[in-house]
Amino acid sequence: MRSGAMLGIAALAALLGTDPDGALAQPTYDPGASATEIRIGNIMPYSGPASAFGVIGKTEAAYFRKINAEGGINGRKITFISYDDAYSPPKAIEQARKLVESDEVLLIFNPLGTPSNTALQKYLNGKKVPQLFVASGATRWNDPKSFPWTMGWQPSYQSEAHIYAHYLLTEKPDATIAVLYQNDDFGKDYVKGLKDGLGAKASMIVAEESYDTSDPTMDDHIARLKASGANVFISITTPKFAAQALKRLAEIDWKPLQFVANVSASVGAVMMPAGFENAQGVLSTAYAKDAADPQWDDDPGMKKFNDFLRNYDPEGNKLDLATVYGYGVAQTLVEVLTQCGDNLTRDNVMKQAQNLRDFAPDTLLPGIRINTSPTDFAPIDQLQMMRFKGQRWERFGDVMTGDVGQ
Amino acid sequence: MSAVEDVATEAPAVEAVPKRAMTLGAGTSLVVLALLFLVPAFAKNFIVFQMTMLLIYGLAVLALNILTGGSGQFSLGQSAFYAIGAYTSAILMEQYNVNYALTLPVAGVICFGAGFLFGQPALRLSGVYLALATFALATAMPQLLKLNFFEKWTGGVQGLVVTKPDAPFGLHLSQDVWLYYFTLVVVVAIYIFSVNLLRSRSGRAFMAIRDNEIAASAMGIDVALYKTLAFGVSAGITGVAGGLGAIAVQFVAPDSYTIQLAISLFLGMVVGGVGWLPGSIVGSAFIIFVPNIAEGISKGLSGAVFGVLLFLVIFLVPHGARQVAVVCQQALGKLRGL
Repeated sequence: MRSGAMLGIAALAALLGTDPDGALAQPTYDPGASATEIRIGNIMPYSGPASAFGVIGKTEAAYFRKINAEGGINGRKITFISYDDAYSPPKAIEQARKLVESDEVLLIFNPLGTPSNTALQKYLNGKKVPQLFVASGATRWNDPKSFPWTMGWQPSYQSEAHIYAHYLLTEKPDATIAVLYQNDDFGKDYVKGLKDGLGAKASMIVAEESYDTSDPTMDDHIARLKASGANVFISITTPKFAAQALKRLAEIDWKPLQFVANVSASVGAVMMPAGFENAQGVLSTAYAKDAADPQWDDDPGMKKFNDFLRNYDPEGNKLDLATVYGYGVAQTLVEVLTQCGDNLTRDNVMKQAQNLRDFAPDTLLPGIRINTSPTDFAPIDQLQMMRFKGQRWERFGDVMTGDVGQ
Repeated sequence: MSAVEDVATEAPAVEAVPKRAMTLGAGTSLVVLALLFLVPAFAKNFIVFQMTMLLIYGLAVLALNILTGGSGQFSLGQSAFYAIGAYTSAILMEQYNVNYALTLPVAGVICFGAGFLFGQPALRLSGVYLALATFALATAMPQLLKLNFFEKWTGGVQGLVVTKPDAPFGLHLSQDVWLYYFTLVVVVAIYIFSVNLLRSRSGRAFMAIRDNEIAASAMGIDVALYKTLAFGVSAGITGVAGGLGAIAVQFVAPDSYTIQLAISLFLGMVVGGVGWLPGSIVGSAFIIFVPNIAEGISKGLSGAVFGVLLFLVIFLVPHGARQVAVVCQQALGKLRGL
């Protein structure tokens, strides 16, 4: 009887000739999705050394509360299950297995950290569970051939470094470069991008210093970099160390042309503590709007963001770039799931994630759009350069793409 | 001689546990083993994986228990030996295509050597000073693993991805279940070895040193040799646990083996009962499951909730699982007497 009815529907669809993709067919579901619910898994370092990033998970939970309050996605409510991995890869694996095998989520969304995600990549690809919009800028997430179930979100560290290299080669060809970088995957990926971007001119880098997050100060490193006589200083640092470095440069009266990595371009977390007078003329790049910057006060997208904070996430700190990040990435996931319609299979989630066209979350800079394709797993690959002036960033030049060959 | 004199004035750091009280009776052991053997028949793959991790951390806690409960020496550096074992297995498997089962003895031997060597300078230290020296080892290890010099083998900050082995001989077992049984066999073998070690002449020497170094040396025990030997054995077993951990998690990276791991293992030993070998599994369960429970109670305050739970355990049962076991045994005895 049931199969008869199905045949009838199929025949009807064939007759009408309007249903090439099966849109009229029965809704199809994989584990984690049903007529009323979509279960999404997430892993965040709520405790441990990277706990500052836990804000991202909290913002995402709040964003999905907002979506549910507004009726859900195509009538389905989101259940967001977020676990703590304390930034430890073995714990991340345990939590991912719990999410996939016990909670039966449709997908794992925005798990944070390069080490944790590297640990998850093989398992999730083996299980054919989407590892969607990974919270890390490593270049390895854009590898559709080897890992068709893994996709990044933010611009890769390497492409950002390419943009700085390009700027230096055209604007300051006589540059001698001193690099300070964090001794981990983030720092190393970045230095590689810088060297690749400089190409034959990689010898422009005259000094490199790495630091560990356990170092109490940057003083020694900076003294050694200054001694190299470089006239450009590139700071591949996380916020606390970026602020320390900026301050130290001013103290020892070293005035090279300065670059600060995008992760540390926060006005609230870096520029203010370092002292605005010490940060004048510093260069960086951005892809998202900084909510601390008054130029966005009347921006329609940021108004929506501020309304969201007021109504659904009153504890959220709008000065924290992680809040802006969480909002943008959650909005991108909602777009993907909306595109999925009633076909909520893991396969279709990946298919729709590869099919984003000129999507612009509220928090991205004007002109930056999310585009993906079956061969392009890098949703955001555009950045704009900016210069610090007064108490805020001034963007200049065009929105640029840092081409990182695969 | 001065080191020995110092020790003479101190109370023993670890309470003396008679060697009969260090193990379970044969009957109970068999029941526990049978239960562990039956787990995969009833559990989902995820639970099987968790049980595998339980056994692996249990093995690492057991190793620490031999060192602290057996010979009375403290170590907060077990994560370093665990890391060496994990990296040894991972590098042999991925770079040199060695069979996973063969990498474990290699990991054990290398870690035995590392532990024995580390035990040499550690001989001059005791109690909290030794704990601090080992603490330094644990802090240094992640940075050593990141060194450019080793990057060719270790993969540097990116770590190494390890391939999970399939069940051999055409057995129809999933990878998880196979790995569970494989781990179970290794753990049981090492447990039996440890029990016998502590009952042997060497074990008695460990315990004599634990209870009173001067008396032990007066009895003709080579204190230096047995102290370093205890370090070596403990490190070797931890290395095997690390190797198993690398295979189960399929990934090694410097961030997996921080001081946090060493503290967890120490915690597991205390909760399980210092010097009571079967308690290692209970301690391992505590460090795996209690953080999950704490997270379930409050995400923002998971650390604080964990602290409260830990405090309750230490306050209510200061001797850990051993105390609970003793109480149960007495209750059972009373029931029989009725």
